[in-house]
Amino acid sequence: MSRIATRFAALKTEGRTALIPFITAGDPHPDLTVGLMHDLVEAGADLIELGVPFSDPMADGPVIQRASERALAHHVSLGDVMDMVKVFRQTDEQTPVILMGYLNPIEVMGYESFARRAAEAGVDGALTVDAPPEESHDLVQALRGQGLDSIYLAAPTSHRQRLEMIAGAASGFIYYVSLKGVTGSANLVLSEVEKKLAGIRAVTDMPLGVGFGIKDAQMAAAMAKIADAVVVGSALVSRVEANASKPDKIGAELKQLLQEMRAAMDAV
Amino acid sequence: MDKNDSFMNMPDDNGHFGPYGGIFVAETLMEALQELREAYDKYLLDADFLAELDADLQHYVGRPSPIYHAERLSRENGGAQIYLKREDLNHTGAHKVNNTIGQALLAKRMGKTRIIAETGAGQHGVATATVAARLGLECVVYMGEVDVARQEANVYRMRLLGAEVRSVSSGSRTLKDALNEAMRDWVATVDDTFYIIGTVAGPHPYPAMVRDFQAVIGREARQQIQEMSGSLPDALVACVGGGSNAIGLFYPFLDDREVAIYGVEAAGEGLDSGRHAAPLCAGEPGVLHGNRTYLMEDKDGQIIETHSISAGLDYPGVGPEHAWLKDTGRANYVAIDDDEALAAFHLLTRTEGIIPALESSHAIAYALKLAATMDPDQKVLVNLSGRGDKDMHTVASIEGIQI
Repeated sequence: MSRIATRFAALKTEGRTALIPFITAGDPHPDLTVGLMHDLVEAGADLIELGVPFSDPMADGPVIQRASERALAHHVSLGDVMDMVKVFRQTDEQTPVILMGYLNPIEVMGYESFARRAAEAGVDGALTVDAPPEESHDLVQALRGQGLDSIYLAAPTSHRQRLEMIAGAASGFIYYVSLKGVTGSANLVLSEVEKKLAGIRAVTDMPLGVGFGIKDAQMAAAMAKIADAVVVGSALVSRVEANASKPDKIGAELKQLLQEMRAAMDAV
Repeated sequence: MDKNDSFMNMPDDNGHFGPYGGIFVAETLMEALQELREAYDKYLLDADFLAELDADLQHYVGRPSPIYHAERLSRENGGAQIYLKREDLNHTGAHKVNNTIGQALLAKRMGKTRIIAETGAGQHGVATATVAARLGLECVVYMGEVDVARQEANVYRMRLLGAEVRSVSSGSRTLKDALNEAMRDWVATVDDTFYIIGTVAGPHPYPAMVRDFQAVIGREARQQIQEMSGSLPDALVACVGGGSNAIGLFYPFLDDREVAIYGVEAAGEGLDSGRHAAPLCAGEPGVLHGNRTYLMEDKDGQIIETHSISAGLDYPGVGPEHAWLKDTGRANYVAIDDDEALAAFHLLTRTEGIIPALESSHAIAYALKLAATMDPDQKVLVNLSGRGDKDMHTVASIEGIQI
């Protein structure tokens, strides 16, 4: 069983919802990333989504785009990100790590090479934002060949036929984008998310994560009632940004927000 | 001709031109693109829609645009006869309006009340703001901060037309970033908003749809040049940024194998300098802005900044159909640098009294080189995609003149 499946199975037994923080690798400096990943685990992260910086992050809002720009100022490449995971794995063999990014850096590396190097580094899955099921058959084959999961997005606008296609291509879990907009957007409506999740559960038994727009502990707790995983990105990355000039403080800031979310989620 | 031998059957049902094109977007946009595709497939065959489009092209845009035999330019240059397809004479001064009229009419049929667009030089933004004004649609145009500064006059034109121009300060602050921002807007507003992409790039169905709206250029030109000169041209030349004016001219000639086809990219300060905007000549295939195509990218797959004297060619990607035409060998792609384009700009202005856009000047410059190697009884047809009024400031400042 993959590390992701093992983790979700354990959480289900414990009756807990997974907390999945997102940070961009190399933001604000490549030397800090591995330490921040350990901080996230210590504060209650069950899985980690590590953003691969890209020059044109079309589906992300300004907060995560600026994180990419800060990382790219240090020329952080896809290969560098995998090296960070390799270092992280030296002291954490349990926490699943998912790379989240855009297709072009993977195209340049080559699908087979990407899958092989990711597996060697200890990566567990990839969420490639601009590679929908229609366009990612070869990528999924390459990932599966190395035992890696392919995580896919589902959107408020995805109708049943699309959801079936997504469920067919996905493994690990499905990431439901809880609002119409980019990462870090405004408010989401809980009842609508709940309705949509029921629709997705009708086509798959896979765990469902919810993300985009989860800003605080209260929202995380509300989502924990209806989802199998809660993804928090922009709220964390904003804290990285606010402390970019005081890197010693970033770990503590991220831990504080994550611990609040963890406590609120576990209380429901 | 056997249907399988035709170059006019692309893309396939999923928007692929061979290995290029496709739909590389986040799940959040898939449904909107599906809706657009269904509407386009429907109205493409709808007699009422096509009649409305034709009437607008005739009475509002001023089509057909003429072709013009540039005799004095041809004589001075020597070699083949140069003919110009006069897209510069269209309402708003460029070919862009052919497409914005089509997409805006489609938006109206789909019940959308708000239009968004991205723009580089501002020509597509102006063409979009123009049709939005005429149809009474709300209009927001995204434009990179750098382009807002260097295309002040077009920014003002858009505002006069009632559009809101949103300056984009992320990334390289040029056309590609404006496109990113427009996509982000669309993700959040798909219910009431239609995104008018200005070139033959982006996710399916845009490359095919924009081509189909621009192909009026080539359909007219193919008939006009035969009427005027008795036969098809020996060669076609058009500038390629995203590639909409070029595909518009080329497409109806693709199965006329005896007609050579040349797309002209911007070599900027020279292909060797790295400061250019010539992905087909000096780039690699990759995925950006919803399609697989040739790109300007670094070894890590990050998109790099482009350079051209012409803001309209300053884009790191290119339409996927051009990528496919390059690989199949049906079209040739070449590059002209800033200095060569400027020289052609001045030559056409002085010999024919036609001031071309800096984008189109790249096509003129290559046509002059090509014609010089050909016989006087041969013909080169150039797409004069826009007029140069918008470039007065750029050209004057290069000459040290303040206007």
